[in-house]
Amino acid sequence: MSFTSARRTTDGLPDLTYQPTSSRNVSSRLLTMVAAIFAGIAVLPLILVLGYVLIKGGATISLRLLTELPPPPGLEGGGIANAMIGTLVVTLIAALIAIPVGVGGGIFLAEYSRSGWFAQFIRFGTNVLSGVPSIIAGVFVYGTIVTSRIIFGNSYSALAGGMALAILMLPTVIKTTDEGLKLVPDDLRRAALGIGASRFVMIARITLPTAFTPIATGVVLAIARAAGETAPLIFTALFSPYWSDLLSGDGLFAPIASLSVLIYNFATMPYEFHNELAWSASFVLVSMILVLNLVSRWLGQFASR
Amino acid sequence: MAPDQDHLYRLRNRPVAEKLVDVGFKNITVALASVVAVVLFAILIVVFRGSLESMGRYGLEFLVTSNWNPVDDEYGAGAAIYGTLLTSLLSLMIAVPLGVGTAIFITENIIPPGIRNLLGLMVELLAAIPSVVLGLWAIFVMEPFIRPGLELLHTAFHWLPIFSTPPMGPGTIPAVLILVVMILPIITAISRDSLNQVPGKLRQAAYGVGTTRWGALIHVILPAAVSGIVGGVMLALGRAMGETMAVTMIIGNSNNFSLSLLAPGNTIAAMLANQFGEADGSQVSSLMYAAFVLIVLTLGVNVMAQWLVKRLSLKY
Repeated sequence: MSFTSARRTTDGLPDLTYQPTSSRNVSSRLLTMVAAIFAGIAVLPLILVLGYVLIKGGATISLRLLTELPPPPGLEGGGIANAMIGTLVVTLIAALIAIPVGVGGGIFLAEYSRSGWFAQFIRFGTNVLSGVPSIIAGVFVYGTIVTSRIIFGNSYSALAGGMALAILMLPTVIKTTDEGLKLVPDDLRRAALGIGASRFVMIARITLPTAFTPIATGVVLAIARAAGETAPLIFTALFSPYWSDLLSGDGLFAPIASLSVLIYNFATMPYEFHNELAWSASFVLVSMILVLNLVSRWLGQFASR
Repeated sequence: MAPDQDHLYRLRNRPVAEKLVDVGFKNITVALASVVAVVLFAILIVVFRGSLESMGRYGLEFLVTSNWNPVDDEYGAGAAIYGTLLTSLLSLMIAVPLGVGTAIFITENIIPPGIRNLLGLMVELLAAIPSVVLGLWAIFVMEPFIRPGLELLHTAFHWLPIFSTPPMGPGTIPAVLILVVMILPIITAISRDSLNQVPGKLRQAAYGVGTTRWGALIHVILPAAVSGIVGGVMLALGRAMGETMAVTMIIGNSNNFSLSLLAPGNTIAAMLANQFGEADGSQVSSLMYAAFVLIVLTLGVNVMAQWLVKRLSLKY
């Protein structure tokens, strides 16, 4: 038997001790270092972006900022309150559309037709829809709802913005419902059907409550993603420097401000105060989204207990 | 047993109302599931019909000419399509090594699991930051920071066409860098999942025959995980092509075709975000045509991703 390694111990046997200077060990350590550096580079943007948003935006937070309207271009003083309310309203509209449709579709995929051709087609469609760029959802809603003035003769409106966001939320909600329901053991289903429950009762009383946490986790993440979306809103919900008239409901049919569009508009303005407002809005938006992410994480841990 | 409880133990027929609810509920879920298909087809039809006028006028020439002139009603999306492909491919070239390297670093037991999980969590949180916030950061922090470097590139390599124009702020390179930040979490997360799914036996067998950590990674673990990683990379490519806000804010939105990476450029998504609100007449149709091209590109990438994953998946 021959050994490729020339290294021998004094007994003439091959030396099997770890050789820190051999080329294979050196190159392995080098590659490990490269991977560590890459990981460092990957984390760097998060630290930098979060740091700037929290420090630069957090420093500007005041009661005035959270309760007042943005100033007209060129003037100073005021806040981002209408955009905060607008983001909540538009995201809520999107959630009210996407959650029932998505959960219903997910129930069909997981409970009624796991492998039928229609279910496979819908699953494929869900994957395709989740790959559609967000700006296309905006173009679509603009082409169908805004230009046709189908909502009682109104063109740009909070409702149109909410619908565009709902298109983006839909695939996530369907997928998480589908996967969540598939995790429910079939024993539970057989037991429920066996004691005489109808399919509807089985789903409503047994499988949906069992799968509540994974579904809720996914839905919260989808809401967090929708809250930060800008592209579908810039020509559906547009922007508004005023308060939305939400008490009478007219505000739903009119253009509405949102934090993300405010950041986009104000970041590109040549006025320093408006740029500051964009940083403040980023702080509020990022805080909202991080809280939602932590909630979903907490829900997930809650379920695994 | 009391005789008045006998009915509890008899077979009973379902009341009509219960059957109706049952059948009705199933039909409702079918209807809700088909909303996905309806929306998808509606998107395709609306965008296609919107672009018919422009398609008829320019045909395929639209894809290669790059004069975009609303005043003379002359449109060609060549520069935007070139920009879309260029920025997404360049950002992919940077993000793939970074993302896969990071995924390897947080799946191998190089450092304690606590720190690994923290790194993983941080990369996931990076995905949660809205792109418009990244755009804001890119305008006010990143671009001023890298500009001296870009100026150095220009003075040293201005004879190369890709560095031939002086940096003026917004441009293709800052857009590529911000795209890297946006697609890095996708590549890292999916690579990490596929590396975690490689059976432990394979690694133990590799170590057992005497290889090093990276010998095992390069010859055994990465090939076993390649299908998932490629799927993640393709998803990231689709995302990079369609990414709108951060790119719009930093790329400069110039419709003039330029080979230089330091010059302002454009992408389809950025063009849509910029012009759709104020467009009318045949400009809308041309923008719809560009949107249709974008849909076809992202759809193609997504379908190819699914096909590649199927082809490359190894069976153990």
